[in-house]
Amino acid sequence: MSDVVLETKSLVKHFPISQGIVLKTKVGAVRAVDGVDIQLRRGETLGVVGESGCGKSTLAKLLVGLEKPTSGSIMVRGQDMVRLKGAELRKARRNIQMVLQDPYTSLNPRMTVGDIIGEPFEIHPEVVPKKGRQRAIQDLLDTVGLNPDHINRYPHQFSGGQRQRIGIARALALKPEIIVCDEPVSALDVSIQAQVINLLERLQDEFGLSYIFIAHDLSVVRHISDRVAVMYLGRIVEHGYDREIYEQPTHPYTQALLSAVPVPDPRLRGHRDQIVLEGDVPSPANPPSGCRFRTRCWKAQDICAQQDPALQVRDRSPHPSACHFAEIRDVVHGR
Amino acid sequence: MDVLPGVDPRAPLLEVNDLHVEFRTRDGVAKAVNGANFWLSPGETLAILGESGCGKSVTAQAIMGILDSPPGFITKGEVRYRGLDLLTLSEAQRRKVRANKIAMIFQDALSALNPVYSVGFQLGELFRMHRGMSRADAKKRSVELLDLVKIPAARSRINDYPHQFSGGMRQRVMIAMALALDPEVLIADEPTTALDVTVQAQIMGLLADLQRERNMGLILITHDMGVVADVADRISVMYAGKVVEEAPVYDIYAKPAHPYTRALLESIPRLDMKGQQLNVIRGLPPALTDVPKGCAFNPRCRFAKDPCRSDPPPPAYAVAPHRTARCHFFREVLGE
Repeated sequence: MSDVVLETKSLVKHFPISQGIVLKTKVGAVRAVDGVDIQLRRGETLGVVGESGCGKSTLAKLLVGLEKPTSGSIMVRGQDMVRLKGAELRKARRNIQMVLQDPYTSLNPRMTVGDIIGEPFEIHPEVVPKKGRQRAIQDLLDTVGLNPDHINRYPHQFSGGQRQRIGIARALALKPEIIVCDEPVSALDVSIQAQVINLLERLQDEFGLSYIFIAHDLSVVRHISDRVAVMYLGRIVEHGYDREIYEQPTHPYTQALLSAVPVPDPRLRGHRDQIVLEGDVPSPANPPSGCRFRTRCWKAQDICAQQDPALQVRDRSPHPSACHFAEIRDVVHGR
Repeated sequence: MDVLPGVDPRAPLLEVNDLHVEFRTRDGVAKAVNGANFWLSPGETLAILGESGCGKSVTAQAIMGILDSPPGFITKGEVRYRGLDLLTLSEAQRRKVRANKIAMIFQDALSALNPVYSVGFQLGELFRMHRGMSRADAKKRSVELLDLVKIPAARSRINDYPHQFSGGMRQRVMIAMALALDPEVLIADEPTTALDVTVQAQIMGLLADLQRERNMGLILITHDMGVVADVADRISVMYAGKVVEEAPVYDIYAKPAHPYTRALLESIPRLDMKGQQLNVIRGLPPALTDVPKGCAFNPRCRFAKDPCRSDPPPPAYAVAPHRTARCHFFREVLGE
């Protein structure tokens, strides 16, 4: 397919656990991302959801090149980002940018807004000639709905929502095709959250951007995403179009996750299919054998401990699901 | 425990009347709470809903008597527990109310628990200080409490330190601590905000069970409209230090009477439907050092007209029985 802008193949990131101070020996590994295949098409938003520790932020860092994968490939426009070096890598990186979660810590308090948004131009001077930079920065401020005259202000003079707009302007500076958003609205109040989500949607239409949208808030992900991937312990357990995931989930973890999200409608109280999971997520340093979800799963049988279920279309799952007993169950709507 | 003088068992469980709290800072006086009113009955769940800076946590701190003072000062109002105004009590008397009658749990359990004592010690301390129990008895009660909040293998975990528990388990420890002395009122300040949704469901379920068993009044402070819809009986919506709307939960979600409540409900994406563009509340919440004249929400309100922009601010109009809204044009908001 020609409209695929980003594709990962068996992407793996293990963080070594070492022991000893002088003679460090590797005693194990945290399998933060453990074989992830995703495809992102032009102009679409791929939502990645999962609970803390499932590896979604590590995935984001791998995609933008902030971490080096242990194995696997990241293809952007036919080039493998993992194997590129030097000037070629730098050039390729322009194409994939990131918006971070916390607009309070991700902006340098000693730099003016103009310097923050203009910094990408220092690293990639070929994008905008020096003369045109001031103009370009002001255009960016205007694009994200900030006053272009505020170019010399500092981050602390802006509110949380405005700071996130600055972060978005910085990500747009190099005219990327792909933006990885790692929890871009979770630090914001609800009334401000809507402003930023609408901005992201408008920019997508305007510039034909593709988003990887990582969040733990399933309602926000549904709102903005075309397709959704659900992660658990470093793996994608289910993926499909938003309607498939939210209306016809087939993996037990997706079902439990969705059923746990409160819906802002008291009339549904007591009428929703609620699955309360027991216990906590196992340690990614020592994931269970076979299916990683089996320790908390109510459907688990012997086969789940022996055979790792592949992420594939199954008899009772029209979209890919990594469960031997995948079956549609609508948990979001009232009975 | 000896009975507090002035407590009338027939009086309402908890009443907050015209509470004002201000913070005196270098940048001026920040009016965090500007006349908050609400009440709570046994067995009932009241949700206080609002965004950061609306004064919801400060209200809770004032009720508990744990407001940092200075810079915070309660300048006016009453907090009545069974008719007794807590704000007039001495610190020694307030200590008897805290934990015994009114207890609180916090958002971040890791910073609310003491990292250098085992959870068993911290739980046992309550029984030793307030009930004069021996160490052995206190430990026994502590194990029972950890069982009550469904911490697996409570007997062996009693000597663990807070950092050895997961986020959800720590929150359970804090709930155990709050319930140790059988309080009649529990204030939960964003109890699940820091937790994942599946753990949030566990904790909210636990709180609901415990509340039912004990017929406890619960004040749930949160910004999450979903959690509120799931558990609350009544809702008080706060904005810039005032309760702008107060209503039973079904009414408020069906037909909000205050423009702020309505705008909030329209601005959240929903899990069970794929929406269109989200409605946005333009602008920002006001700085508490400089609250707008008249209705504090008027600069962001699409219903605002001239009377909204001048003092006095709108009173709490009775919209229906047990239902108030501080908006001159609540009929329009309801009926548009």
